[in-house]
Amino acid sequence: MSKALSISNLSKTYASGTQALKGIDLEVEQGDFFALLGPNGAGKSTAIGVISSLVNKSAGKVSVFGHDIDTDLTAAKQNLGLVPQEFNFNMFEGVEQIVLQQAGYYGISRKEAKKRAQPLLEELGLWDKRKSASRELSGGMKRRLMIARGLIHSPKLLILDEPTAGVDIELRRSMWDFMQRLNEQGTTIVLTTHYLEEAESLCRNIAIISQGEIVQNTDMKSLLAQLDMETFVLDTQGLPEQLPANTGYELRKRDETTLEVDVKKGAGINGVFSALSQENINVLSMRNKANRLEELFVRMVENGDKANSAKGAGE
Amino acid sequence: MQNINTTPIQGSNWVAFQTIILKEITRFMRIWVQTILPPAITMSLYFVIFGNLIGSRVGTMDGLPYMEFIVPGLIMMSVITNSYSNVVSSFFSAKYQRSIEEMMISPVPNWIILAGFVGGGVLRGLLTGFIVTLVSLFFIDNIEIHNVVVLISVVILTSILFAMAGFLNALFARSFDDISIIPTFVLTPLTYLGGVFYSIKLLPDFWQGVSQANPIIYMVNAFRYGFLGKSDISIEVAFGLIMVFIVILASICLYLLHKGKGLRS
Repeated sequence: MSKALSISNLSKTYASGTQALKGIDLEVEQGDFFALLGPNGAGKSTAIGVISSLVNKSAGKVSVFGHDIDTDLTAAKQNLGLVPQEFNFNMFEGVEQIVLQQAGYYGISRKEAKKRAQPLLEELGLWDKRKSASRELSGGMKRRLMIARGLIHSPKLLILDEPTAGVDIELRRSMWDFMQRLNEQGTTIVLTTHYLEEAESLCRNIAIISQGEIVQNTDMKSLLAQLDMETFVLDTQGLPEQLPANTGYELRKRDETTLEVDVKKGAGINGVFSALSQENINVLSMRNKANRLEELFVRMVENGDKANSAKGAGE
Repeated sequence: MQNINTTPIQGSNWVAFQTIILKEITRFMRIWVQTILPPAITMSLYFVIFGNLIGSRVGTMDGLPYMEFIVPGLIMMSVITNSYSNVVSSFFSAKYQRSIEEMMISPVPNWIILAGFVGGGVLRGLLTGFIVTLVSLFFIDNIEIHNVVVLISVVILTSILFAMAGFLNALFARSFDDISIIPTFVLTPLTYLGGVFYSIKLLPDFWQGVSQANPIIYMVNAFRYGFLGKSDISIEVAFGLIMVFIVILASICLYLLHKGKGLRS
């Protein structure tokens, strides 16, 4: 069975000399919900641009459901849907017009396109706005319009480039739900996002890209298993001048009432409470310092940067 | 979600072409005050000033009443400028707003994209040409058409040619200034010097020769021949040149689209 997306030795050097992609390899299985993460300028959007024919590649191979973009571009495009990061529709055109036109570019007749557009716009809460000019929509509605447009030709692979950027929490949750249901129906999804919580809760596999290179490509469970330490933040009634020593835990004072504690994986946190209680420190509440994936992400990107700096120094 | 169709279908290029044409018609009709009305007003002024006021003193041109002489040229002038400006502004706006990416990610072939935008330009050119023809009826008694086949084929081919030229301009343009430079500094002078208001037989031999390097001379004269049966140049040469220009421009546009000039980094 062919891969939903297969990228081999993909490079891109812009006319300015910037090397955005340095020979990356990536494979996405059919039916997967895949996260492609990386800091700003890491090369995510360039990779997506090459896959969707918006950027010319310098070298390498890309195929979508077995269709090589060099030799079988039409079939590759038929299978691909894109929801870009920035709004790229005509601001003077109406919501329904934009969606129907996109269907038309894929050769879908107007009658069939209308049949497809109605449930899609209803599902995304845009049906009542179908006659409105797109510039009149709110930010969240514009994002949903781009999703409707990207789905009108029923692509087997959907690339979502930061689809929930600037969207309020309630809407973000409903979009997560929508994406999950879409994936359950068989659509392969590649997601880029800056909300790592989003990637952690939705995606089964993940690649992290940094400075044009893939620094991690694995499944989400294995990646999170690499996390050997978690940091908790404890809110207390008050802390003494000197924190208790020899508790077996790394304790740090953040302010007069807040404490940070590093807990090794599998060690349990009960001992922290015992040690603090012996010192008459009352804990009022506790939370994770950061999202688990975020900790790993930061670590990997930093390691990637160090490795690149070392390489640069060696050269 | 249950109602959403997730079955991909194989589409046709014909549907894609119709979609682009419909999009273009919707665009220029939505802003008809900017696209359709101005040529009618401008050409009415030309008819009043050059045709009625000055034309009555000019008398005849090439054996024809001056008003009759300028009608074909003014119709052609509006066809040329509107075909060109429709495509250059529509395609550049799509580039500027990045809505052109909607077509670029889809399987619509480059030649359909070109044909669609050119088709939109031709339709606007012909519509404004038709409106100017109607306006001209207020200033001349009747229009007798000498050769309807020549008339229709010349006006369509000319609008195709200038719509393609507009497309090429939009491909290279990086700012809104870039889409007004060619119409202002090239298209308008060539049109004014293209035999709209005078017969090139009035010019000294040297300037007659120079005028023949202006492609618009051939189109205006071929169109005037279709209307009135009078032309300063050979109709066969005019058709041949228009066809050659169309083939050259189409080849350049398709090559640049393939390379992604102005569209893909």
